[in-house]
Parts: sequence; C-alpha cells; structure tokens
Amino acid sequence: MKTKLTAFVLAGMVTAAPALADLVVPNLSYRTGPYGANGTQYADGFNDYFTLLNERDGGIGGEIIQVPECETAYNTEKGVECYEATKDTGALVYNPLSTGITYQLIPKVGVDKKVLYTPGYGRTSAKNGKVFEWVFNAPANYWDGASVAIKYLLEENGGDLSGKKIALVYHNSAYGKEPIRTLEELAAKHGFELNAIPVEAPGQEQKSQWLQIRRDKPDYVLMWGWGVMNQVAIQEAANIRFPMENFIGIWWAGSEIDVGPAGAGADGYKSLTFNGVGMDYPLYDDLKTHVLDTGKASQGGEHVGSAVYSRGMYAAVVIAEAIRKAQELAGTAQINPEQLREGFENLEISTERLAEIGLPDFGPEIALSCSNHGGSGMARIQQWDASAKTWNLITEFTEPDNEVLDPLIAADSEAYAKEAGITPRECN
Amino acid sequence: MLYREAGDFKTTYRDDGQTFPIRLDRWGYYVTLAVAFGIIPFVINDYWASAVFVPFLIYAIAALGLNILTGYAGQVSLGTGGFMAVGAYAVYKLMTAFPDISIVIHILLAGGITAMVGVLFGLPSLRIKGFYLAVATLAAQFFLVWLFNKVPWFYNYSASGQITAPERTILGQAVTGPASTASAKYLICLVFVFALAWIARNLTRGTLGRKWMAIRDMDIAAEIIGVNPLTAKLSAFAVSSFFIGIAGALLFAVYLGAAEVGEAFGINKSFLVLFMVIIGGLGSIFGSFAGAAFMVMMPVFLKNVLVGSLGWPTDLAAHIELMIVGALIVMFLIVEPHGLARLWSLTKEKLRLWPFPH
Amino acid sequence: MDQFFFAAEVLANGLMTGVMYALVALGFVLIFKASGVFNYAQGVLALFAALTLVGIQQGQIPFAHLINAAFGTSLHHFGWTVPAVLAIALTAGVMVALAFLIEKLVLQHLVGQEPIILFMATIGLAYFLEGLGDVMWGADIKTLDVGLPQGISDSIEGATAEWFGYGFFIDRLDIWATVIAALLVAALVAFAQYTKQGRAMRAVADDHQAALSVGISLRFIWVMVWSIAGFVALVAGIMWGTKSGVQFSLSLIALKALPVLMLGGFTSIPGAIVGGLIIGVGEKLFEFFIGPMVGGATENWFAYVLALIFLVFRPQGLFGERIIERV
Repeated sequence: MKTKLTAFVLAGMVTAAPALADLVVPNLSYRTGPYGANGTQYADGFNDYFTLLNERDGGIGGEIIQVPECETAYNTEKGVECYEATKDTGALVYNPLSTGITYQLIPKVGVDKKVLYTPGYGRTSAKNGKVFEWVFNAPANYWDGASVAIKYLLEENGGDLSGKKIALVYHNSAYGKEPIRTLEELAAKHGFELNAIPVEAPGQEQKSQWLQIRRDKPDYVLMWGWGVMNQVAIQEAANIRFPMENFIGIWWAGSEIDVGPAGAGADGYKSLTFNGVGMDYPLYDDLKTHVLDTGKASQGGEHVGSAVYSRGMYAAVVIAEAIRKAQELAGTAQINPEQLREGFENLEISTERLAEIGLPDFGPEIALSCSNHGGSGMARIQQWDASAKTWNLITEFTEPDNEVLDPLIAADSEAYAKEAGITPRECN
Repeated sequence: MLYREAGDFKTTYRDDGQTFPIRLDRWGYYVTLAVAFGIIPFVINDYWASAVFVPFLIYAIAALGLNILTGYAGQVSLGTGGFMAVGAYAVYKLMTAFPDISIVIHILLAGGITAMVGVLFGLPSLRIKGFYLAVATLAAQFFLVWLFNKVPWFYNYSASGQITAPERTILGQAVTGPASTASAKYLICLVFVFALAWIARNLTRGTLGRKWMAIRDMDIAAEIIGVNPLTAKLSAFAVSSFFIGIAGALLFAVYLGAAEVGEAFGINKSFLVLFMVIIGGLGSIFGSFAGAAFMVMMPVFLKNVLVGSLGWPTDLAAHIELMIVGALIVMFLIVEPHGLARLWSLTKEKLRLWPFPH
Repeated sequence: MDQFFFAAEVLANGLMTGVMYALVALGFVLIFKASGVFNYAQGVLALFAALTLVGIQQGQIPFAHLINAAFGTSLHHFGWTVPAVLAIALTAGVMVALAFLIEKLVLQHLVGQEPIILFMATIGLAYFLEGLGDVMWGADIKTLDVGLPQGISDSIEGATAEWFGYGFFIDRLDIWATVIAALLVAALVAFAQYTKQGRAMRAVADDHQAALSVGISLRFIWVMVWSIAGFVALVAGIMWGTKSGVQFSLSLIALKALPVLMLGGFTSIPGAIVGGLIIGVGEKLFEFFIGPMVGGATENWFAYVLALIFLVFRPQGLFGERIIERV
C-alpha cells in the first residue's frame, strides 16, 4: 500500500512536462487569489492570439506554438515552481505578469538563457539592454507611464504645472513604489507639489487616504493600484466627489472590472494604456471565425475585447513578431531562446505591420536594439464612459520625457549591475 | 515480525535514553541520512530542488522553530512570517555590508538577530494567553512587514524595495545567486536542517525542554514547582525565532533569490507554517518534518495530477485544488488531531505486533 | 480651527468604519460564545454569501464553468434576474443549509478537541469555501447592487457647512451600515433574551455540560448559531461588497476584525461593537495625523498594536469574561 502510494506520488510529480517539440511559450498565469480576476482576462487574451495563429496560419513559420499554462496565483514560490517545471521543455520566453516573480526570474533567465518579456510591468531599468541582456519590457514601463501622465497634464494646463498639487495614491509594494522617484524628479523639473499616499495591500479600506485627499484638495490624483484597491479607490473618489477627469490611473488600474463596481460614479475616469481597446479591429473577425466560433477560445471567450484581455493579446502579438523576426534571422523555423533574443533585439513593429496583423493603431511603434530593450515608451490616455460602458482613447501615443528618465534608468541599472557583479556589455 | 524490539537489550542508562532506542529505527535514521547526504545531491535536478526539496527543508526548519514555541512551550504564534522576514532582511543587510565574510556566519547571525526580535515580541506572552496571544503576535507580523517595506535602509534604497541576493560561495561553490546549482542549494539547506534538528531534539529533552512543557501544560502549576515563566517563555521565543530566522534567511538567499516583504513573508506564511506544525503533530520533531513535507508536496502533487495528468483547465484545477487542500486539512484534523507524528507512532505500534496482533 | 474640524470628520468616519468592522467581528463572537470555536472562516463566509447573493440575483448558473469544462457546453445564465429582497432571502436559506452541512460534516466530529485544532479546522474550511465559491460562481469581480445608496451625504454636508463653515463628509453607505448594524444587534439581543431558542443558546454558551443535561440539543444550537453567523456574514458581505465589488479580497476583511475581537473580548457582543468603534477611530486618527510622518499605510498594524496595548492591561479584552485559572 505504502509503496503503491509512493509510486503514485512520484508518478504525479514527474508528469508535469509537455512533449518536446514546437515553439513553447509558457503562460504563467493566475486565475485564483486576490488578483485572479485580472489575471484571468490577461491569460485569455494571451492564449487566444496564439490559438488564432495556430488555427489560421498553422503557427509561426509553419511551427505550431504550444502555450502550456501554469497557475502561479501571483505567488512567487509557485512562480518559481512553474518556471522550473517548464524551463526544460524548450520554453522560449516567459511573461509572468507579476512584479515579484519577474524580480525573481531576472537573475535566473541570464543563467538559464531564457527570454523574459515584461510589457508594462517588472523592473523598469531592464530597459537598459547592456545590463539586462535577457529581459525586455517594451513598449512602455512604469517610469514612462508616470512621465506620459505628467506630460498629458502639462498639455491640459498649457505647459505649466507650477504650483499645482498632484497626489499619488499607490499600492504599498514594490510595484506601487516604482513611479515615486520619477515623479519626484518631474516635480522638481515642473514645479508641482507631489504628495505620495500609500495604501496597504489589499486596500479594502481607504477612507483615511481619501479624507486626506478631500482635505488637501490636490488638482490631480494619479494612481498605481492593483486588485481590489482599484475598485475601492475609484468608489471612494466618486464618494468624495473628486472630479473624475482629474483622476488618472496606470494601465493596470484601467480595466472594465476596475470601474464597474462604482457604476455611474466612475464616469470620466482616465487611465494610461499602451494598447488599443474595444473590438473595432479587423483581427477580431479572424478571431471570431477561427477561435470563438470553433469553441477553441480560452475559457469560452467571455472576456474578449476587454482592456486587460487586449493587453494580454498585445503581449502575445509582440512575442509572435519577435519569433517571426528570430526565424527570419536564424533562417530556421525551429528557433532556440538565444535566437529569440536576437529576434527581440532586432524587433521592429511599424504602424504598417500592425495594420497588416489586423490591429491598426493598436500599439505604439516598437523598435528595439541591443541597448534599448524598452522601446519608445509611448503610451496614451483612455477615458471611461460609464453610460456606454466603454473605454475611449482620448490622446495619441505620447513620448515620455526621456531627458529625465534616461539618467534614472542608467543609475538604477548600474546599481543593479554593481550589486549583482555584472559587467555591462558593449553595444554598437 | 520485521519491526521489533525483542532482543534489543540496553545495559546502560545512556543507551536507554538515546533518541532512537530501537535498533531498526536507528538503522532507518542512518539510512535516511546516507541517502540524503550521499545519493540525492548527485541525482537532484533543478525542478526537484526548487519545487520539492529546498522548500521542504527550509519549511522544516521553520516548522521546527514554531513547534518549539507552540508544540513544546504552548505559546500560539501567528507571527512566523514576520520573523522570517527579519531573518531574510538581516541576512540581506549582512551579505551586502560584509561581502567577504562567509554566508554561513551571516545566516547564523540573522538567526541571532531574529531571536532578539522574537524575545521583544514575546514579552506580551507573560500577560496574554491563548488565542489572545495568537492574535497579538499578528501585531508583530503586520508591524514587521510594514517596517521592512517602509524604511529604505533595509532594502539598500533600491527603487522598488525588492531585495536580491548577490552571489556567495562556500568552498568555491555558489550557494546563492542565479549560478548556484541544485545540489549546492540542497546541501546547504540539508546541513542546516541536520544541525538544527539535532539541536532541537537535544534541547527539548533536556532541562529547558522540560521547563517549556511544564509551562505548556499549565503555567501556574509550573511556576509553583519552580519554573520561572519569564525565562522559560522568553527562551522559547528566542530559540524558536532563531530557527525561524534561519529559515527566513535561507528562504530568501538560497531559495527565492529575490523577495518583496509583503508578498513573500505575508500572513499566509504564518498560517502555512502553523498548518505544518498542527498537521505534523504538536510537540514532535518528526512531526515538523512530516508536516512540512505534506504541506509542500501536496499542492505540487495535486497540481501535477489535475493539470498534468488529467488535463483540466488551470483555473478550475487551482480552485478545486484549494477545495481539496481545505477538505484534506479538515479530514486530517478529524481523523487524527494529533497529527502525522501520532499516525506514524500508531503505525509502528501495529507493525510491532504484525502479523500476529493478538 | 480647521484642524479641529478635520479631526472631527476623521473621528466620525472612523466610527462608521468601526461599525463595518464590528459587523464582521459579530459573527466571530456569536460562534465563539456558543461553541468555543474561533471561526477564521467568517471572512470567507461573507465572501461566499455575497457571491451567492450576486449569483442568485443575476440568475447565474452555479458550477457553470465546471459543467462547461466537463461537457463542452457553454452555459452562463438562466436568463432571469431575481429581485434583491428575494435574493437575500434565498441566500439566507443557502447559508442555513451551509451551517447545517458544516455542523454535520465538520464540527460534529471535532467535539471536545483542543481550541487550536478547531481553529485550524476552520482555516481548512475557509480554503474549501474559497475554492467552492470560485468553482460555483466564477472568479470574476462582480458588482453587487441591492439598492443601497453610496456617496457623500448632501444633507449632512450642507447642514455642517451651515453650522461650522465646514462641510463634513459622511458616506451614505456608512449611515445605512450603522442603522442596519444597530437593528441587527437589537434583534440579536432580543432573540437571545426573549425567545426559547435564544435562552437555550445562552445556556450553551455558559456551560455545555449543564445545557446538555437539561435537555438542550447542542447540535441544534450549533446549527442555529452558525446560521445566524452566516446571516451576519451576509450582511457584512453586502456592505463591503457594495463598495468594492464582490471578489476574493472580501475574505480578507476577517483580518480587520481580529484586532476588534481582541480588544473587545472574544465572548462579548457589546465588546465587538465598542471594540470596532475604538479600532475604527484609533486607526483612522493615527493614519491621518501620525501616518504622514512615518510614511503612511499604518492601518494594518496599528489596529493590532492598539489592541495589544489594551490587552496588556486587560488580558481578556475589554468585555471578555475574566479568565480564572486554578491549579
């Protein structure tokens, strides 16, 4: 009995690996836990795009793409387990959608030679390809986001923010603290007053933070929130009648589920985004024919077209394009992670290419290089229309203030290189 | 028939008082050690190290520590996650401040620092008892996590507040950092587990352990027979926190490599370790190991069966896994409230009579 | 002078928040008093109740996801919606059934175990219910709307602006929560004092053995207490869920209730209320005035530290039964 049980246990533990072949892009997703609602939509978008490529084109360059999914529950330990379980199966690239797991994988991918692609999250200074050889965070990172938001406010105010008060409501974690340094620099440059207000995770209760905002009457509020914190913050802002059009969230605080519970009160709320929203793209016709109607959609296609779904899909688009580029450079369809890394470093997604894919104006142009792993950092603003229940894009893609960001990125990546004992490579 | 004590004669008190008085047990122990030190390091791969062995060994240390406090001294604590964070941040500060000193010394020092913090937060136990104390230790949990998140000195002023373990070597082998091999990570944890379990076993059967147990069974009575509750309780907090601090240091430096305090050392960690202790068996060294093994391996096992073998969608599998874990915990508590350790000793009892139970 | 008004405003809001905490703490107290079980699953009960309420209201098909995965169907909704009042009643029914099952499958087998074992069993139960809630109703964030108003109360703002020259912010949802909590506590007290079952419940709380020997059915009382706690969880779930939507994090409000319990004492209903008020006011004032000096986000730990300070002086909480130990 006991041996049988042991045998069974062992059998259970080693069956994790999928078959070696094809192009493997593991999806470290989370559909449970405090952030499960967001993770689910992202993972669906990610899966569906690869399903579409497989169904419509027979994969990329004739190679089928496998997307084994592994649940991390946004937990770093489970994330490590997922990574170790999938890395020997020919996995090319990881996209864990978690700052914590990303930080953990950054040193590991360098040794294991895997690409880590973290669009819009993770370690900002990974933009510096000289230090972070294996990490890519195009099209935009948190510091880009902070800068684009301030640029937008500058435009709103005729180029002058001096004397204005801006409050930052942030998730009290590594993720939420990211923009503070940038915003401090920008505050010094543009002469506005920054007040950073932390919210302890999970953020179920934010009354004192919003009373503080009501008392201080800042002109604008920026938010770096995630999970339940977003819904409560938007609700509380509506409760104190803070003008919603002066309330701007980061892209992770800009999905339908964030504004939903506040109902009509959320009307006019703005958020950053680096991907298009809605279903008005030709790609969705193909998606409907090849994925939705054939019943192959991840989770039955409940969330197709939502903001987070679109973002997951966009991540898949970029990865697919990088794979294409890598195949082209390597001259073989069956690429390995090193070749994919080359593909990423030479990646160019032009406006025309996006239109060709069926997603015109869906994302910014991307052109990466050996030293620039983060792209142009362009982002745009979207606004919530509560009566139509849609996000509307209200600006074009805007460049961040690289003058301020570049030295910050250089400083942070150098500090990392020093701590980790990495000699930055030469790029020409 | 196979497992018996007949013919196993003792001629000295010393022999009689040893940890494994039955010869077969003793052999079992030596064989386990031989396998653990002699065979596993050569066959282990990254997946088994990261998913099973290293977390198991580290949690075994934490469970030993909590078992000393809760199982032997009777003080329920939900501050384990916070104390592990102290160990992790202590080792991080030491590693980065004194890169030339051996990591082993850093880990031990981290344990020492945690012990001091533990004593500080153990002070209320002199007045507060039972569940009130359990909830009071949550104050330590939340305060420590907040502190490490808030004071930039603890994370060397990095932009995001994440800490990353630099590479450190022992005898030329990297044990922390990305270049460390599976067997190096495994071995350093194993050495610590072996030493600490040995210490725990010998502490708990000596004077100190008896004092703790007297306090656990009834602190007023213990006081009357001459046990000083102040030193007994605080020493339990100190020793327990020392273990937990080392576990935290290893978890961060060897296992995770990078950590963020709220995520890696949150309240869930406290519950997890308490589960290990309860499922394994309160007041049992073996139980700490069994509980850690159970709680580390079960989710990995379930996930692989549900997703890997049965091919269910991951979210459904994760939700059902949660249900199964919950149901198993309840079932275990119903079937054997004294934990796996008690189950093990019952099994041995049966084996002793097998195959002639009457 | 402005500082004074801000302080008063924070104080008022703290009191209201305290009521919300007390709503969760109340469920703990009821169960602890009657069965000596420290029910960690109370937070998850609130989540489960809120999920069920939304599910019923919107006519969701339970286990739809599981059925779809197993049989390849694509079920979602029945296609009807249920009025809020009826949905609340049905959810209360589900909570009673759940209480019955918990007693039958879990508690019955754990009679006479150590408190810590019972505590751990309720954590196991919490995991189970969390998984069950997700499998039954899906893990999305759901909007809960039973018609409770939200947002700033204009009349209070107007009136205070007229009197003091400073308009106070009071959330209408909080006012409702206070009224409902007051009614709930009054009903509970009346139930415990004036009905046969209520008296039996108090007898069990006093002494299990004695209650058994005068012919009170322990099992019935336990099912009843868990049902009431389930109902209290439903109320708490509605209040919290209206604000943030119904999602996993709702279960974490249990952690907000623990310091309240500690401070008020595990066995006292007035303790839960007073404890809630003290914690609510204390943490809000601290966060508002001291928080900015130490970097903010102090609420999580301050509540516990505040409770700890009280406990050092009164180890059984403010209203808890005196712990008497004899050798």
